[in-house]
Amino acid sequence: MSVLDRKLLRDILRLWPQVLAIAFVMASGVATLVLGVGTYASLNETRNAYYERNRFADVFAQVTRAPRALAEEIAGIPGLQAVEPRIEKIALLSIPGMEAPASGLFVSLPDLAEQRLNLLTIRQGREPQPGADREVVISEPFARAHGFGPGSSFEAILNGRKRSLLVVGVALSPEFIYAVGPWDLMPDDRRFGIIWMRERALAAAYDLEGAFSSLHLKLGLGASQASVIERIDAMLARYGGRGAYGRKDQTSHAFLDAELLQLRAMSRITPPIFLIAAALLVNMTLARLIALERQQIGLLKAVGYSGAAILSHYLKFVAVIAVSGILIGAIVGTWLGRGAARLYADFFHFPFLIFRMDPETYLIGAAAGLGSGLAGAIRVLLEAMRLPPAVAMSPPEPPAYHRMFSGFRFAVRLPGSLRMVLRHLLRWPLRTASAIIGIALSTAILTGTLWVFEASEFMIDATFHRSERQDATISFAQEQPSRSLQDVARLPAILAAEPYRIVPVELRHGPLHRRVALAGKPPDARLSRVLDREFRVAALDGPGIALSDALAGILRARPGDVVEVELLERDRRVVLVPVTTVIQGYLGLTAFMNLDALNRIMREPDLISGVHVRYDAAAQSELFERLKQLPKASFIALQRVSLRQFRDTLAQNLLTMVTIYVSLAATIAFGVVYNVARITLSEQGHEMASLRVLGFTRGEVSGLLIGEIAIIVLVAQPLGWAIGYGFAAGMALGFSSELYRVPLVVGREAYGFASLVVIAAALLSALVVRRRIDGLDLVAVLKTRE
Amino acid sequence: MAAEANQQPVFRIAGLAKVYRSGDVEVHALRGVDFEARAGEFVVILGPSGSGKSTFLNIIGGLDTPTSGEAWFKDHDLTRMNERELTLYRRDHVGFVFQFYNLVPSLTARENVQLVTEIARNPMRPEDALGLVDLGNRLDHFPAELSGGEQQRVAIARAIAKRPDVLLCDEPTGALDSRTGIRVLEALTASNAELGTTTIVITHNAAIQDIADRVVRFADGRIASSIRNERRRAASEVSW
Repeated sequence: MSVLDRKLLRDILRLWPQVLAIAFVMASGVATLVLGVGTYASLNETRNAYYERNRFADVFAQVTRAPRALAEEIAGIPGLQAVEPRIEKIALLSIPGMEAPASGLFVSLPDLAEQRLNLLTIRQGREPQPGADREVVISEPFARAHGFGPGSSFEAILNGRKRSLLVVGVALSPEFIYAVGPWDLMPDDRRFGIIWMRERALAAAYDLEGAFSSLHLKLGLGASQASVIERIDAMLARYGGRGAYGRKDQTSHAFLDAELLQLRAMSRITPPIFLIAAALLVNMTLARLIALERQQIGLLKAVGYSGAAILSHYLKFVAVIAVSGILIGAIVGTWLGRGAARLYADFFHFPFLIFRMDPETYLIGAAAGLGSGLAGAIRVLLEAMRLPPAVAMSPPEPPAYHRMFSGFRFAVRLPGSLRMVLRHLLRWPLRTASAIIGIALSTAILTGTLWVFEASEFMIDATFHRSERQDATISFAQEQPSRSLQDVARLPAILAAEPYRIVPVELRHGPLHRRVALAGKPPDARLSRVLDREFRVAALDGPGIALSDALAGILRARPGDVVEVELLERDRRVVLVPVTTVIQGYLGLTAFMNLDALNRIMREPDLISGVHVRYDAAAQSELFERLKQLPKASFIALQRVSLRQFRDTLAQNLLTMVTIYVSLAATIAFGVVYNVARITLSEQGHEMASLRVLGFTRGEVSGLLIGEIAIIVLVAQPLGWAIGYGFAAGMALGFSSELYRVPLVVGREAYGFASLVVIAAALLSALVVRRRIDGLDLVAVLKTRE
Repeated sequence: MAAEANQQPVFRIAGLAKVYRSGDVEVHALRGVDFEARAGEFVVILGPSGSGKSTFLNIIGGLDTPTSGEAWFKDHDLTRMNERELTLYRRDHVGFVFQFYNLVPSLTARENVQLVTEIARNPMRPEDALGLVDLGNRLDHFPAELSGGEQQRVAIARAIAKRPDVLLCDEPTGALDSRTGIRVLEALTASNAELGTTTIVITHNAAIQDIADRVVRFADGRIASSIRNERRRAASEVSW
C-alpha cells in the first residue's frame, strides 16, 4: 500500500462518523432506488408471466344474451388466437355465520373442454365435475376470508332461487387479481368473491342454455385491437353488447396498473432527494478536509506529486464514501425490495413471485451513488488540483470575514456571539446554502410523502361525507320498475331510500370518446349527491349531463358543449346532450344525468338499477337478514363498512410509511447537522477554546454551535415546505389515473410534523457534537496549529 | 567545499524579476536578481521580511514562475517549463524544508519520508535518511508525538532521502529554540557534507550565516551583497 493510501485510510478512520453519516444518506438514496426499481420490475415481471402462463385475455365484452353459434362466427375473425364465450352473473350469497350480505361473481367453466383463456390456478382441491351442478371453485382470498376449503358449503340466490353450493376447489385467476365489487372502494374479500361453476349448471340457473353473456378474446401477434373491437361490437350489438374493451379498461388490470404506477412514481421522487443531499454533504466535508490539508497538498506538490496524483488521492476518499454508500444501499435495498415485492404479491394474490433484480438496477444505483459523490466533489477537487505548491511555504491566512451589520443605519445591537455566528455562516455562503438545502430536503421528503394521508382524508370527506352519503347501495340484477324503491324503503331499519339508474354509454366529443357508466339520479338527491368543483350541490334538473373533471378533461368538453351519447344498451341510439356542469370527482370517470331525463332518452319510463339507502345501524341485523333474501338484488355495497376498512388499511400504511420516511428524513437531517457541526468545530475549535480561556462557560461556547445550527435548520423549514409541496404536486400527478385522483391538499399537519421530526433529529445530532465541545482540551487546542 | 572548483554552476539566475498584481497595485517582489550556486555549495540567504528571499526560493524551487529574467538549473531553463515539467523537476532534483515542517500528521516519521522515496528515482532507505538526522529511534512516531526539532529533522530527512541535487530550506529554524535549532542545522550541514547536496537556506537569523560557504543578503527585491566565508564554523559553534 502506498503511503498516500495509508494517509487516506487514517483520514477515513479519523473522520469515520462523518464518512458514515454521508454514506448512510447516500445509501438511503441507492436503497430507495434499488427498492423502487426492483420492486416495480419484479411485480411487472410477475404480472406479465402470470398473464402469459394463464393466458389472460386481451379483449373483453359483455352481452345480455348471445347464441353460442355467434362465438364460432367471431372465432373466424382474422387475427384472433382464441375465443372463449361464457356466462357471468353477480348474485347475493348467504354465508353461515356472516351477518352482512355478501355477493359473488359467478363465472362459467366449459363443460367438457379445457379452459382456453384466463386459466385457473387451482390452489386446493379440483375443478367441478362436469354435470355436478352444486360443485364450485372459489377464489382464494374469498376462501381465506371465510376459512373455506374443499368440502365447505354456502348458499346463493341465483336468478331469484336459493341454491346450496359445495366448494370443491380454491383457485386464483389472472382476471381477478384485484377483485373489487361494484360500488366498492377496494377489495373486501369477505363480502365479494369469485365463484366458478360448470357452464351447464349456471346456464340452467339463468335460462341461458346455448347462449353466453360474456366473451373473452386473445389476439394473435400483430392483430389490431381497435379493429377487432370494432368488428365484435358490430356483431354483438343486436344481442345487447355493451361494447368490447381492452385490458386497459378491465377492472383488475386497471387497478393493478394504477398501483404499479404509484409505486413507480414514489421510486422516482425519493432517491434523487437523498442523492442531492449526499452530494451536498460530500461537497462540504471534502471542502473542509481540503482546506485543512492545503499545506499538505502544497507539500505533496512541492516534493513532486502531480496534480493528477492529488486528484486521485482525494477521489479515493470520495470513492470510499460512495462505495460504502452503494454497498449498504444495495444490500438494504435488495432486502427491502424482496420484502416489499412479497408483500405486494400477497396483497395481489399472485400465485408465484418472480423476484427480479436486474444487474441494471444495481448499475443504475451504483452510477447514481458515484454520480452524486462526484458531483459533490468535482469543484473542490479541481481547486485542490490547481492549488499552487507555494501554499506549502506560507502559513494559512486568517479567513477574511465580512464587516457586515456595521453599515446598517439602524444597526440592530446584536449580541457578540450572534454576530460571530452570523459572520461565520456568511463567511462560507456556499456551505451554509448547502446545509440549508440539505435540511430543507429532509423536511421536503417528509412533507412530500405524508401529505398523502391528509389528502386521502380530504378525499374521503369529500366523497363519503359530502357526496356519496348513503350507508349502502343495493344493485338489482336487472332494471326494476320504480315502485321497487318503495319495496326497499319498507324494509326494516331503512331511514331513507333513493333510486338510481346506470346505463353503459359511449360519450363522444369530436374525435374523443370514452365508455362510461352514465348514472341517473333524482334532482333532489340527498344521499348520493353530485357536487361541483367548489363542493356545492349541483342540481341535476335539466336534460343536460354533468361530467367529472377527469372525464371532461379526457373529452375536452366544457359546459355548453354538446356531447354525443351512444347507448350501449337496448337499441344503441345516439343522442345529443349538452354538458351542463363539470363536477368534482376523485374516483373513476363519472357522468350524471337527471333520472327522468335519462329514462326519457332510454324511452323506458320509470326504470331503476338500484337503490341507495341510509339505515339505522342499531337495527342492521334484521335488515341484513332481509337483504340477503332479496331476490331482485345481485349486489349490496356497504359503504359504511368499506369506509371503515379503507381507513384501517390507511392507518396501517400510515404507520409503516411514517416509520420509513421519518427514519429516512432523520438520516439526512442528522447527517447534515453532524457534518456542519463537525466542520464548524474544526474551524472554530481555536476560537471556542480561546473563549473558554477568556472565561466563557461551556454553555456559552456550545451556544455558538447550537446557534449556527438553529439558524440553518429554521431558515431551511420554509424552503423545505416549498420543495415538499413541489414533490407532492409531482406525486399527485404520478398517482393520478382514470381510477382515481389524489387531491393536492398539503395541510398544516404535514408541514408541522415534517419540521418537528427534522428539528428533533438536528437537535440530537447537535448534542452529539456538543459533547466534543465540552471536552475541548484548552491547552492542546491553543498550542497546535490546525 | 573542495569540489567547488571548475564545476558547472547548479543554478544560473540572471535579471530575475517577479511582480505580483493585487487589484491595481503592483508589488515588485524581485527586481532583477543575478545569482549562481555551485554544486555542493552551502548558501545562506539573509534579509528582512518582504525582501524577496522567499519568492526567490519558490522560483528556483519550481514552485512559482518569474515575471521576467532567466533561471537555469544546470541546462534546464526553469522559466520555460510547464506545470508538468516543473513537477518532474521538483520530484527529481529538489528537496524542500519548510519553516512549519509541513509533515502529514496522519503519517509516521518513516511514512512521511516514504512519501518522497516512493516517487523518487534513486532514493535512500527512509530509515537511513532518518538515521542521518539522528532519528533512527523515532521511526514509527506520528508528528504529534515528536518535538518541534524532531519534526523539522523528519522534514529534512524527507527532503534529503531522494538524494536531491539541491536542498532548499525556508526558515528551517524559525519555529525552534536555539538548542533544537542547532541540531537541525547539524543535520543540514551533515547532509551537505556527506551527500554533497547544494543547500540554500533562507533565514533572518544572522547567527546562522557562519556555517555557510557564502552569505547572500537580500534587500528590497535585490541582492545587496554576497560574501564568501573565509572559515565555515560548525553548527555546534553558533548560538542565538
